[in-house]
Amino acid sequence: MDIFSIVFYLFAVIIVVSAAIVVMSKNIMYSAFSLLFTFFGVAGIYVLLNADFIAVTQIMIYIGGILILIIFGVMLTSRITGVDIKSGTTGKVQIAFAGVISLVIAITLIFLFANTKWFTSELKPHQSTIEDIGKELLTNYLLAFEVASVLLLIAIIGAAFIARRKS
Amino acid sequence: MLEAYLPLIFMLIFGFGIAVIFLVLSEWLGARRITKEKQTTYESGMQPFRTARDRFSVKFYLVAMSFIVFDIEVVFLYPWAVQFKMLSPEAIIAMFIFIAILFAGYFYELRKGGIEWQ
Repeated sequence: MDIFSIVFYLFAVIIVVSAAIVVMSKNIMYSAFSLLFTFFGVAGIYVLLNADFIAVTQIMIYIGGILILIIFGVMLTSRITGVDIKSGTTGKVQIAFAGVISLVIAITLIFLFANTKWFTSELKPHQSTIEDIGKELLTNYLLAFEVASVLLLIAIIGAAFIARRKS
Repeated sequence: MLEAYLPLIFMLIFGFGIAVIFLVLSEWLGARRITKEKQTTYESGMQPFRTARDRFSVKFYLVAMSFIVFDIEVVFLYPWAVQFKMLSPEAIIAMFIFIAILFAGYFYELRKGGIEWQ
């Protein structure tokens, strides 16, 4: 096993274990903090795939922003006293449904994985992806780039609307 | 290329290791004489006077949301800044349109009094 595989499995274990804690933890705060390690592990996988810009974006936006927003979202709720914030106990019917759906998705993914023709590139990976992203973003994908700014505008106006004072 | 990240991994291991070593050392060497004062919540020397598990103002949410929006703007600025000299003047104008649209949102928030705390 080479160093690449070792690092990959290290990050994979971090992702799977912390994601399991996110789902199974009874305390929603523990779930939120466990999500940090999931995001971090995904950033590590991005680095392994030579996607350095995406990895930095993952850390900056997901760990630095989205996670803070989730934790604020928890603290904004009225039932903050810890005891009441628990993921609801699920009945047998829900567990059966969830199990069947998970099984179907898992089988589909394994089927796709086995039947896909994986191409391996002969080319050496780029030193850094940021130059290409910058060039493409402001030439071929300019419209999508500007539409993204409108989406962000909607987000900021929506937040201002939610947080407004009741008059 | 991945070798460039080796110092980062060393730093992670070092940082994690130091934290674990200090926790283990204080557990091993430290004396435990529990008093009532020591068991109270640590509030930088202040007397805690009510529970910390309180509802937060929704203003925090607005600030966090604005932070994310401008964080994403910075992320978009990076590739633009790296390619600045190669790009045509149109691309530079396009980036300023992008920034102007986001600033419209910022001014909306400002005029709505979203930044004011009282």
